[in-house]
Amino acid sequence: MALYQDVIMAGFGGQGVMLIGNLLAYAGMDAGLNVTFIPVYGPEMRGGTANCTVVVSDDEIGSPIIQRPLGAIVLNQPSLEKFQPRIQDGGVQIVNASLVDAALVERGRIRSVCIPVNDIADRLGNPRMLNMVALGAFIKATGLLSLEQVEKSLSNVIASHYSYLIPKNAEALRAGYAFREGD
Amino acid sequence: MRMNGERKFIKGNEAVGYGAMAAGLRCYFGYPITPQNEIPEFLSSALPAAGGEFVQAESELAAANMLLGAVSTGVRAMTSSSSPGISLMQEAISYMAGSELPGVIVNMNRGGPGLGDIGPAQGDYFQSTRGGGHGDYRTLVLAPSTCQEAYDMMIASFDLAFKYRNPVLMLGDGIIGGMKEPVTMWQPERPADHAEAWQVDGAAGREKRLIRSLRLDEGELAQHNRHLAAKYEAMKAEARAECFLTDDAELVVVAFGSMGRIAKSGIRKLRSEGFKVGLVRPITLYPFPADVLETLAAQGKRFLTIEQNTGQMVEDVRLAIRRHADSEFFGMMPGELPGAEDLMAPMLDAVRRK
Amino acid sequence: MAPDIDSITLARETAENVDLTPRPGETLVFDKPRSLRSQNTHYCPGCHHGVAHRLVAELLDEMELREKAIAVSSIGCSVFIYHYLDVDSIEAPHGRGPAAATGLKRARPESFVFTYQGDGDLASIGMAEIMHAANRGERISVVFVNNTVYGMTGGQMAPTTLIGQKTTTCPAGRCLEREGSPIRMAEIMASLGGVAYSARVSLDSVKNIRDAKKAMRRAFQVQTENIGFGFVEVLSGCPTNWRMDAVKANRRIRAEMIPYFPLGVYKDVNTLNPEGER
Repeated sequence: MALYQDVIMAGFGGQGVMLIGNLLAYAGMDAGLNVTFIPVYGPEMRGGTANCTVVVSDDEIGSPIIQRPLGAIVLNQPSLEKFQPRIQDGGVQIVNASLVDAALVERGRIRSVCIPVNDIADRLGNPRMLNMVALGAFIKATGLLSLEQVEKSLSNVIASHYSYLIPKNAEALRAGYAFREGD
Repeated sequence: MRMNGERKFIKGNEAVGYGAMAAGLRCYFGYPITPQNEIPEFLSSALPAAGGEFVQAESELAAANMLLGAVSTGVRAMTSSSSPGISLMQEAISYMAGSELPGVIVNMNRGGPGLGDIGPAQGDYFQSTRGGGHGDYRTLVLAPSTCQEAYDMMIASFDLAFKYRNPVLMLGDGIIGGMKEPVTMWQPERPADHAEAWQVDGAAGREKRLIRSLRLDEGELAQHNRHLAAKYEAMKAEARAECFLTDDAELVVVAFGSMGRIAKSGIRKLRSEGFKVGLVRPITLYPFPADVLETLAAQGKRFLTIEQNTGQMVEDVRLAIRRHADSEFFGMMPGELPGAEDLMAPMLDAVRRK
Repeated sequence: MAPDIDSITLARETAENVDLTPRPGETLVFDKPRSLRSQNTHYCPGCHHGVAHRLVAELLDEMELREKAIAVSSIGCSVFIYHYLDVDSIEAPHGRGPAAATGLKRARPESFVFTYQGDGDLASIGMAEIMHAANRGERISVVFVNNTVYGMTGGQMAPTTLIGQKTTTCPAGRCLEREGSPIRMAEIMASLGGVAYSARVSLDSVKNIRDAKKAMRRAFQVQTENIGFGFVEVLSGCPTNWRMDAVKANRRIRAEMIPYFPLGVYKDVNTLNPEGER
């Protein structure tokens, strides 16, 4: 089976979905795979959410725009309402349990990983790294790339004058990767 | 710039900038408009750093006329814009065609008419492939569907512009401009100091030269326009298209640019379900790859043209296959961000309908 | 939109050029500048374009600029300046001369680039391009011929047409309330930070022609010395469209044009400064 994964990452502006979208795409590229990253704009941008779509494949990538994704990273409630119904049967979503009402999360049709990324990031000492926690959980849930591959690509997406934050971001990735529901 | 083989993860707009630099760009003139602003933003630092000139013009009208002036001296120069701005550039594009000047113009097509929207669209197909301005002329038109193609086509655009002494247009859209993909950098071999026999750079030790489009002598314009027509005929050798799974296809989808790549995803899915669908993606829109389509039509295949407009390229498809077949049409509208699923439904309809 | 120009017929090369080589016993006292070609012009009797062309050509010779000059011709009667000057030339769309010149100069900074534009071209359709090229301080020189009328298209109202002046599109005379007032370009140019030199001159008399050449020289110099943008407005006669003979046309320049368009140097600086010091 050819390697193929697409994912829509969505949240409030400022939650860092573009950064983790770029990071995943970089990591895919550095792993020798084809990747596309597209910030979705137009009417999709309204309603308080920012989102981007990443496709990773070992084959040529056709559409960079995905309407029914295999994966989603959902960082706030409006994004859950918008994207959860679109996820393909058997797909996987990472849901930010810190901000999303657990009762609204679908189970069964799709695989949902509910993880309180805000709380975990707070515990690690930097609330802004909630996005990395979510990406770590996504990597774990899909097995798309190794944690090491993603960590190695951090230096590509974090500006050099913020490079001192790379270890902290890597820690957040690892915390998301290590998370197990029910913990 | 030494970056051969380097793989960069960049937006299509940035790929345009990198490709132009690799092609030996000396001057860029432009005016801000969404969705192509990363092109001037990138070149405003990269080009001066390489000893070139970057000018933010007072309007697209001025930018295109600055381009006319710069390429008159034989240097590689370009402008870029999006649909409403390209309309303003048509004056200079017509003059460049009439004066046989090798200007390179990039259009990241957005929704229209009028201000339209800032999302992807293919509504400028007619404007691009029918000259666009006044008078009887054509521009060479290339349509990228990936960021790598955007890079590669910038290099091709400059080569073609100088080969034919004709404006070359690269027609992308908001998807190509805004999406990111890995792009492999490469640098073409070019003679370091090349002078054109027609360039104006001061009549030192030679006869003066004149670049003009005004031809008032009796018969002069007729003769000139026949010369241009012969040139456009010769350009047909440059026609290019990508054929994907067309050999055994019953239905051939024709789509260009980002719609071409999105259609490809749909075709893959339909193939996995046993439907014999293939794709022809015109890479040059002018000259149009009519021969490829006619050959397929003669084999008895059926056709569906998909565009993000109300039906423009489909006229060229129908002209190409008119002796053997007709083409159905499916149009997405600007503002509708198309996914493969949107395009699969009309494909399925068409392939099932014998 | 460019005015239509099919009423103009291009003058042919003269079949027999006059041989100006002095014969034995003769002394040459007046010669054709090297930068002018031996070709009859298409200009009407009494038109000042020929004089202005000659001044340009003399300066190209004297300042040794001919071999690095690129002329930008504009749309109007003077479009054919490229047939009369022996320099590399391009033809810009109507009003876009300063934009095209910007492209030329940026691509070939070692070249001497100048535009030659009329009042319709520069002060009407090309107002945006002249303002911004001047304001950017492009190292180009502009010769602006103001004869208060569209010449090539047959005498229509120009942005410089005087109040009360009759033209084919203001047959009752230009009216301030309806058509606004004539634009004074030399003064406007002087107010822009990128302009190193701006002056208004006239070709109505020998003295003024001499002054005109001095002004043009300085407008060229600010380019060759890399100081800034050089601009000369040249008041000129158009006897044909003014419906008068050449002598009366010269008198009109003195009696009507100069009072509204005062001659003089409006700006002359050795370094640009954004405060617009004159």
